[in-house]
Amino acid sequence: MSAEDGRRPSDAPSHQIEELERVTIRFAGDSGDGMQLAGLQFTNTSALYGNDVSTIPDFPAEIRAPAGSIPGVSSFQVSFSSHDIHTPGDQPDVLVVMNPAALKAHLGDLPKGGLLIVNTDEFTKPNLRKALYAENPLEDDSLVAYRVVKVPVGSMNARALADSGLNTMQIDRSKNSFALGLMFWLYERPLDSTIRWFEEKFARNPEVRDANITTLKAGYNFGDTAELFPVRYHVAKADLPPGRYRNITGNAATALGFVTASKLADLPLFYGSYPITPATDILHELSRFKNFGVKTFQAEDEIAAIGSAIGASFGGFLGLTGTSGPGLALKSEALGLAVMVELPLVVAMIQRAGPSTGMPTKTDQADLLQVLFGRNGESPVAVVAPATPSECFTYAIEAFRLALRHMTPTVFLSDGYLGTGSEPWRVPAADELPRIEVKFAKDADAFNPYDRDPETLARPWATPGTPGLEHRIGGLEKADVTGNVSYDPDNHEKMTRFRAEKIARIANDIPDLEVVGGESGDLLVLGWGSTYGANLSAVIRARKEGLAVSCAQLRYLNPFPSNVGDVIARFDQVLIPELNLGQLAMLVRSRYLVDAVSLNKVTGRPFLIAEIEEKIHELVGSKVKV
Amino acid sequence: MTTEAAPEGPLALQRKDFVTDQEVRWCPGCGDYSILAQTQKLMPELDVPRENIVFISGIGCSSRLPYYMNTYGFHSIHGRAPTIATGLKVMNPDLKVFVITGDGDGLSIGGNHLLHVMRRNVDITIVLFNNRIYGLTKGQYSPTSEFGKRTKSSPMGTVDTPLHPLSVAISAEASFVARSLDIDPKHLIATIERAARHKGTSFIEVYQNCNVFNDGAFMEFADKAVRSDRTVRLEHGQPLIFGKEREKGIRLNGTTPEIVTLGNGVSESDLWIHDETREDPVLSFILSRMHWPDFPEPMGVVRAVERPTYEALVQQQVDEAIERQGEGDLDKLFMEGDTWTVE
Repeated sequence: MSAEDGRRPSDAPSHQIEELERVTIRFAGDSGDGMQLAGLQFTNTSALYGNDVSTIPDFPAEIRAPAGSIPGVSSFQVSFSSHDIHTPGDQPDVLVVMNPAALKAHLGDLPKGGLLIVNTDEFTKPNLRKALYAENPLEDDSLVAYRVVKVPVGSMNARALADSGLNTMQIDRSKNSFALGLMFWLYERPLDSTIRWFEEKFARNPEVRDANITTLKAGYNFGDTAELFPVRYHVAKADLPPGRYRNITGNAATALGFVTASKLADLPLFYGSYPITPATDILHELSRFKNFGVKTFQAEDEIAAIGSAIGASFGGFLGLTGTSGPGLALKSEALGLAVMVELPLVVAMIQRAGPSTGMPTKTDQADLLQVLFGRNGESPVAVVAPATPSECFTYAIEAFRLALRHMTPTVFLSDGYLGTGSEPWRVPAADELPRIEVKFAKDADAFNPYDRDPETLARPWATPGTPGLEHRIGGLEKADVTGNVSYDPDNHEKMTRFRAEKIARIANDIPDLEVVGGESGDLLVLGWGSTYGANLSAVIRARKEGLAVSCAQLRYLNPFPSNVGDVIARFDQVLIPELNLGQLAMLVRSRYLVDAVSLNKVTGRPFLIAEIEEKIHELVGSKVKV
Repeated sequence: MTTEAAPEGPLALQRKDFVTDQEVRWCPGCGDYSILAQTQKLMPELDVPRENIVFISGIGCSSRLPYYMNTYGFHSIHGRAPTIATGLKVMNPDLKVFVITGDGDGLSIGGNHLLHVMRRNVDITIVLFNNRIYGLTKGQYSPTSEFGKRTKSSPMGTVDTPLHPLSVAISAEASFVARSLDIDPKHLIATIERAARHKGTSFIEVYQNCNVFNDGAFMEFADKAVRSDRTVRLEHGQPLIFGKEREKGIRLNGTTPEIVTLGNGVSESDLWIHDETREDPVLSFILSRMHWPDFPEPMGVVRAVERPTYEALVQQQVDEAIERQGEGDLDKLFMEGDTWTVE
């Protein structure tokens, strides 16, 4: 083994420390190689150390694609930095590959000169064949553009665990820990958090626990003694706002937000859901929160999931369902029912690439129009969309606040990138969170099921068990005030307009769209949801170059904040980057009659900062102010 | 027990307390009127406060019933009533929840939900109006229409094998399964009452005449003139006896039922003694397959077994979690896992 770092002078002192602002590492291997685990541990350790972090996992939809095949490659990218970062990085600086398939799948993303750490043990003839390599890339000159470090991870790990008492297969499963240890050494990370994690995770399996700890340390020590790397890297602590932090994925934050909403509203939460990628984590998380009175219901199908949630809402509880695109399609009719009966229901919708089954583990924003319009009849719902993993917490609470105050189904619109990505979350103090006010109808004398609050147009919430308020609701059109079935033409028009106006008035209850950068200028980058990180990073760079570019991220998609039209009018051009073929752009163009420019991407992957930057340059690049 | 005599019980409710001001809009002569009347009559007997009773329905003629019950009601979407009932009952187990459905709503579009609500044993009462036809859409065949039936959508006759609703219920682990008849009000109200008092999912199939699109579907055995010969009343612990003179019975030959005439060496003790509490569903299933003209149609409670209700088990886990971990504390939950402080 030798360090093939062309830059290393032979007499250099080993282990200089080089200071870096930001490093992006991608761990890639077979889906059985434990890359997600290695990535997560590296992330947690870096976060604990005080870096800002941002992550993106990428894994196949198959539980076990054929071992060693390209479709079976699983990866985890973590970016960590000494300053505030908003994306998991466009390209990795370091690529760790555990087999030829991982090299084949990911090498294209590694910039020339990037550090490539290769587990040489897996570069056997059969594995090379599975990865469609005619020649061993480690033995020809195909990798000369990279700083290649060859490490026999598998055999080093096996040697470290020779006395562990585990069999060959069990030993091989620990090799990710060896690689992780090596990366910890390279970036000066402490091992203690990961050791603690092994101790908890494998408490009942001491042999496996000890093996992982042993090989983790072996990997670390190997880095120290093998002189593979001339330099170690140091990424200083980030200057984050003071507070207590933890690293959190979007889906975990979503689940925490919902259970928090339940506490803030002082109403038990019901979650009806059918397992579907990438929303299932929310079901897993919420099912752990039983001591908060949360009742989770794994329904027989998507329709039962939303139906049961509507039943809970009808009963006066927090009715919640969660799904992804195909599931929302199945829920459409029931969501329309919730519109008609005007109950406070929340639908957590975690988008993935479609249509149909599409690419379940890949991200997308192509369900915006489905969420807004994918039902029969005029059936408006409120829609909120978090922009970062940790914001999922805030907007899960906000979804319930709006649903309860305005008596409307509300969609919490996230996506796979937000849901599975992670970042540090500044943990709030529970007692500082504003309570959610809930009003139930009680007074039988003054009760009509479809009376409306003069301000919000919300109807009263009268729940079974309340004496004197017995009434019937349903999917047939309701007569104004009484809620009786009505086929009266004028009534239908009136009720249709009430339902629309009720949603429109939510604009009075939400904050204005915030502009980052100048309040006016040559270009506004207008986005929604998970494009935030890339948009913001690109705009920051453009502004450093002197371009009059700003960005704004819509967190409310129905209704829009009331100042959107004014904001748009203050810029010469509007660019709308979306992971679809222009759905927000269609809405903005029709609503505000502005010639917005779309930037579209539907690869199942989030935008790179560079892609947004390039478009900014194309539109206003000539306008650099000197 | 089910007359409209002076109100009894602490709540002193009467049938009229359960009647709404809504005009009933079924076709004149529809079997649904009888089911509605018996249901309204039964309510005061249950001694449940009106505000704690909820009727939930799907879509179809039967599903309009909640509009006519002065309780809480939810006329939902096609086939989905069991799902709404499940969410409601899980969150508020104190409510008395009825699901009103039909052969199309319950067994066709909503078949999946019907299966799952029964296997879970959510404590609700499901009344399935079986008229073997689609009435609201004006006369197409349903999943219980007999094979070969000619309807507007099957001019040459259906080629669909029909479902037996009771067989479905038994196979889906329903803990209470019964059948009754729209034109036998006494039996109907008694059966609904039994079902309503059962703890767990109770399923009743009511043979209901659609006098417009499938008139007389059950008259061959339901007609009063022949009913005692062509139906058999199921009574727990009693032999299966039928006939005007109670002269006939059902005997089990292994798992094959056979009709016998009492006398000539055949006595009541030779007959099939009905045991609705039997855990093993085999005999219940045999009953569910007996149909006129091969057999008299069984009427009454086929099966009534006890097992924990779904909502009770869900609540039990919540209680256990609170006992083990204490009432949920958000601050503690927020701090789960590794945390760090930025000064």
